[in-house]
Amino acid sequence: MSVPLLEVRGLALAAGGRILVRELSFCLNPGEMWCLLGPNGAGKTTLLHTVVGLREPQGGSVRLAGRALEGWPPGEAARARGFLPQTMHDAFSASVAEIALLGRHPYLARWQWEGAGDREIVFAALRAMDLEGFEERDVLTLSGGERQRVALAALLVQDPALLLLDEPVSHLDLHHQVLVLEHFGKLAREQGKGVLFTVHDLNLAARFADHALMLTPQGTVRQGPIGEVMTEHDLSYAFGHRVARLEAAGRTLFIPE
Amino acid sequence: MRRAMLIWLALAVAALTAFALALASGSSHLAPLELLRGLAVPGDSVASEILFKLRLPRALAAFAAGGLLALAGALMQVLLRNPLADPYVLGLSGGAAVGALGAMLAGLGSLFVNLGAAVGALAAIVLVFALARRDFARQQLFGALDASPRLLLTGVIIAAGWSALITMILTLAPEAKLRGMLFWLMGDLNGAESWAPALVTLAVGLAAIYPAARDLNVLLRGEALAHALGVRVAALRYTIYLVASIATALAVTTAGTIGFVGLVVPHALRLLLGNDQRVLLPASALAGGALLLAADTVARTALAPLQLPVGVITALFGVPAFMFLLMRNPRKA
Repeated sequence: MSVPLLEVRGLALAAGGRILVRELSFCLNPGEMWCLLGPNGAGKTTLLHTVVGLREPQGGSVRLAGRALEGWPPGEAARARGFLPQTMHDAFSASVAEIALLGRHPYLARWQWEGAGDREIVFAALRAMDLEGFEERDVLTLSGGERQRVALAALLVQDPALLLLDEPVSHLDLHHQVLVLEHFGKLAREQGKGVLFTVHDLNLAARFADHALMLTPQGTVRQGPIGEVMTEHDLSYAFGHRVARLEAAGRTLFIPE
Repeated sequence: MRRAMLIWLALAVAALTAFALALASGSSHLAPLELLRGLAVPGDSVASEILFKLRLPRALAAFAAGGLLALAGALMQVLLRNPLADPYVLGLSGGAAVGALGAMLAGLGSLFVNLGAAVGALAAIVLVFALARRDFARQQLFGALDASPRLLLTGVIIAAGWSALITMILTLAPEAKLRGMLFWLMGDLNGAESWAPALVTLAVGLAAIYPAARDLNVLLRGEALAHALGVRVAALRYTIYLVASIATALAVTTAGTIGFVGLVVPHALRLLLGNDQRVLLPASALAGGALLLAADTVARTALAPLQLPVGVITALFGVPAFMFLLMRNPRKA
């Protein structure tokens, strides 16, 4: 058994003076794609921020690739895990290629400038996110979905072993939702990457994730293989809304009542 | 890299041209040959006396102050991730002005006016730092993922407080002192002899922040993203604030609160060259210095023997030039 990419032990999370999660433990292994489910305010983003190191947990520990989070020098951590924030603010203009090129930052020495090899990596990532021909576009002129795909391309350029995605498909049209999640699924299967992503579309979660971590407003957690977590009963409980599960066209579908 | 070198070289040539013009212009006419002889053989002629006692110190002070302001402006815009930020946005100029005007009100000499400006600037730096300490280190607020608005708000409120004190001093001041105070507020290089501290600060400040230039490019896209890409965000933001503040303090102490240069030079260069801080920071220092030097030469010769405040010239020429750049390239900005 290889070392887990992410190992969370006894994690307690609080935000705004409210306990969100009391004791969360799970292991994310290479090649696994986990969806992080739960209603608004259940602590999905707080959990991701804690794992990225943007905030301290109330208790418990986070280990990246077998080493405690605090023990990682920032530059090395940037090659081990990458993060897609939920929102992006661009105050200054920049070309799409420049933004994607920032993903090479952890690989360049202090005085090193980006070279032809780095640009190749950028073009491949932009192609993967269906952004060919966008290289010279100003990010301030992009639509929300296009900007999000640029951020995802920058993450592909960063190429970490563990990908932490906060609502990667929230602004995307249905074609690009499928394209993006398919690409990250392929990275998990073929390159052994680990993926943890939050998503509100239960059907996308069921289709692309192999494991699920579900937070509830009560602070309890359900986790495990996707089929065991995404049951009518547990989903209805977590979201406080009845959810029906159907089998159709060879897929499992979830419909809110 | 080669492109950056060419850009810096071109701006260095522009700065040298501005120096040549500054040394050649003035109330007593010096022929080019006299100028060269005066420079080459210091101390034995009237030309040499004028150059080394009057024109060269003032030219060096103007270049250093302009370079410091443009560098500080570029850094503040990155720190606050706000295109409207300038060196004075966090209230530093207000503190310096209260110190300088206070010294003038007390009837103290120019040395104490400079000292007052320095002390006031230092007080402003420490005040913002103490009040917003946590906002430098904080990497995310709920929802916004962005600590900059709070820091900006703290600075702007403190600046409003300083501004009230300045108005109070102006109200209390006797007629005879008002003109000197207003000139100081608009920025004035008249009698700016102490160029060395500003020039040294420009070199040291640029050298201190330049190794982190690529980190600044990453930080410009957000604190959370910068953290995820391996930037030590809190330490970097402290460093930026420190370098930008000290640069501004030295510029203000040397030349008063000259406006416009710190806001506009970095933006004009971004429109022309793009927003890579590795290119932009040295370019800002050179272009800001050259611009203020040229403006000061115009300010002291255009209506000679009357000396205009240099801030008036930078704005009068700078506003149309910047609008031209902005209109020419609507895709950016």
